[in-house]
Amino acid sequence: MSAPLAKAADAERVLDVANLRAYYQTWHFGISRDVRAVDGVTLHVDRNEIYGLAGESSCGKSTLIKTIVRAIRPPLAVIEGSVRFDFGGRACDIYALDRARLAGIRWRHLSYILQGSMNVLNPVRRVRESFVDFAFRHIGKPMPQFLALVEDHLARLRLDPAVLGSFPHELSGGMRQRVTIALASVCRPDFIVADEPTTALDVVVQKDVLALLREVQRQIRSSMILVTHDIGVHANATDRLGVMYAGRLIEEGRTGEVIREPRHPYTAQLVTSLPRIGDIEPKQGLDGAPPSLAAPPPGCRFHPRCPLAMEMCRREHPPMVEVAAGHRVACWVKAPPGGMAAP
Amino acid sequence: MSALLDIDRVGMSYVSGTLLARRVVRAVDDLSLRLEAGRPEIVAIIGESGSGKTTLARMILNLATPTDGVIRFRGTDVAKIRSNHARADFMRQVQPIFQNPFEAFNPLKRVDRYLFMSARRLADARGTEVDALADRALHQVGLSLAEIRGRFPHELSGGQLQRAAIARALITAPKLIVADEPVSMVDASLRMSIVNLFRSLRDELHVSIVYITHDLATAYYISDRVLIMQRGRAVESGAAREVLANPQHPYSRLLKASVLSPEDAGKPTIAANT
Repeated sequence: MSAPLAKAADAERVLDVANLRAYYQTWHFGISRDVRAVDGVTLHVDRNEIYGLAGESSCGKSTLIKTIVRAIRPPLAVIEGSVRFDFGGRACDIYALDRARLAGIRWRHLSYILQGSMNVLNPVRRVRESFVDFAFRHIGKPMPQFLALVEDHLARLRLDPAVLGSFPHELSGGMRQRVTIALASVCRPDFIVADEPTTALDVVVQKDVLALLREVQRQIRSSMILVTHDIGVHANATDRLGVMYAGRLIEEGRTGEVIREPRHPYTAQLVTSLPRIGDIEPKQGLDGAPPSLAAPPPGCRFHPRCPLAMEMCRREHPPMVEVAAGHRVACWVKAPPGGMAAP
Repeated sequence: MSALLDIDRVGMSYVSGTLLARRVVRAVDDLSLRLEAGRPEIVAIIGESGSGKTTLARMILNLATPTDGVIRFRGTDVAKIRSNHARADFMRQVQPIFQNPFEAFNPLKRVDRYLFMSARRLADARGTEVDALADRALHQVGLSLAEIRGRFPHELSGGQLQRAAIARALITAPKLIVADEPVSMVDASLRMSIVNLFRSLRDELHVSIVYITHDLATAYYISDRVLIMQRGRAVESGAAREVLANPQHPYSRLLKASVLSPEDAGKPTIAANT
C-alpha cells in the first residue's frame, strides 16, 4: 500500500534529479536559438513508489524523461544539473557512465514503457523474439531456461503465454500494451519509465492496464515515473505527483493532496476544469495558450494566463517552497518564500 | 415534427479474406437514431474502440454506404446522392470535425486556405465575401482571421487549431455537425473551452451535434442524449443525465465503473474490471 509520510525523509532514493536544465540548441547562420524544454527541475523518486508527472503537451515532460534516461540526441543537450540513480548500492551519475556500462544498465535496471506499443514490438517478429532481443543478454541464462522464465513472468501477470507465438498485429491494442509492460518488467528492473502508457487505450482497457502496471510495480518493488496528461490516471495510479508547466516543475506532493488541495493556480485550474459524472456546473477552460519554450515569458511562466498574477510574478520566477510535508509549490502568491503560506 | 437525421436500422458489414477464408465483420448492426429538426441537441455516441462509432460517423457523413438500412437526412436517403450539386448541398448542411487537428490539416498548407476553400466551394462566396465569411466563422469560435491568416498548422496550439477546424465546419452554416472524438487530442487546460463551444453552437447557432466519444464525463457534461454502443449494437440510449447516472445495461455499467475519477486520489486501490 501507499508508503507512510513519515518514512519519506529516510526512504531509499532511487533517482535524484538536481537542477536539471536541458535545452534544444540550434544554430543557423549565426543565429542561435535555445528551446528551454526542461529548466531547473529538481525531483527525486524513492524505492517502491510511482511518481506521476502531469502536464500538457509541449510542457517538457517527454524531454525531461528523455534526459533522465539519457536518451538524448542533438540538438537536445544537458546544460546543467545532474541525474543520479542508485540501483541497490551502486550509485551512479548517468551522464558519467561509458557506453558499455550504460548498455548494461538499460533494461536490466532501467526500462521503459512507451505509448505506442507498436513502436517497441518489432512488427515482423513474433513477440517471443522481441523478448529475446530485449532481455536475453541481461538474464544470462541458456535459451530454454530464459524462455521458461519469460513464460513464468507472463503467467504471474495473468497473461496467456500463447501470446509469445503471435505477431504484434495479431494482438489487440490493450493486449500489446500488456505485453510491453511484461517486456519492460521481465528483468525485474529497479526503475521503470512509463510514458503515456494508457493514452492510446480505451477506458475499459485502460483501467486493466493500469492495474497490471501497478501490480507489476508492487511485485518487483521497483520505482516508476508515470507520465500522462490525464489527471484521472494520476489520481488512481500514482503515489506522488509532479505538475509541469512550460519546462518547469510548479507543484509536487502526494497525489491525493495535490489533487484535493492544489495550491498552484495552474494545478487548481486543471483539477477544477475536469468534468465529472453527476456534476453539471459550467466549467471554464483556461484562456490563452501555453507559452513558446523558445521565448518563455519573463518571471513566472504561468503569469500571462494566471488570474492571481501580481507585479512580482512578471519579474522573477518563484522558487519551489515547501508548504506542507513533502508538498512543494512554485508560486509567489500561494507560496511566498519565508513562510506565510496562504491556506 | 420532421426528422433532421433519421438513421433507420442501419448495418455495415466489412468482408475480408478470400472465398474460402471469408470473414464478415459486422461493424454496425441494426442501429436506429433520430434527431428532430427544429430542436437542436447534442447526441453523444459512446463506446470503446471497435464498437463501430467511427463507422457510424462515416455513414452519416456519406463517406461510407451502409450495407443494410437507410440513413435519411431531411427526408432524402444519403446513399442515393449522385449529382455533384446534391452532394455539395448535403455537405453544406452536414459537416465533420475530426479527432486530431494536426492530421486534419495539411502541415504544408496554410490553415486559412481551408477556410477560404470551404467558403468558395460550399458557401459560393466570391471576392471579399470569402474573407468576411471566414472571419465571421472564426469569431464564432473565439478566434479572428487576423490571428489565423497566413499561419501554418504548427504555428497554432492544438486548441486553436481545433477551433479553426470547427470554424471551417461552421462556414456553410450547417444543420448538423458530426464530431469524432473532437477533444481527445486537445490539451487538458483547453479541452473545456472546446466542449463549452459545442454547447454554445447548439444554443446560439442551433446546430445539432453528433458527439462521438469514449469519455463519459464530457458526454455527461454537454450532451442531451446518449447512445452507448458495444460491438456495433446500441445497448442503451436515453437522456444523458439519466443513463449515465444510473446505467442499466451491464456494458454501460462497466464503462461507468472504468472512469478514473480524480475523487479517488490518494487511495490508489485500482483493481481490474474482471
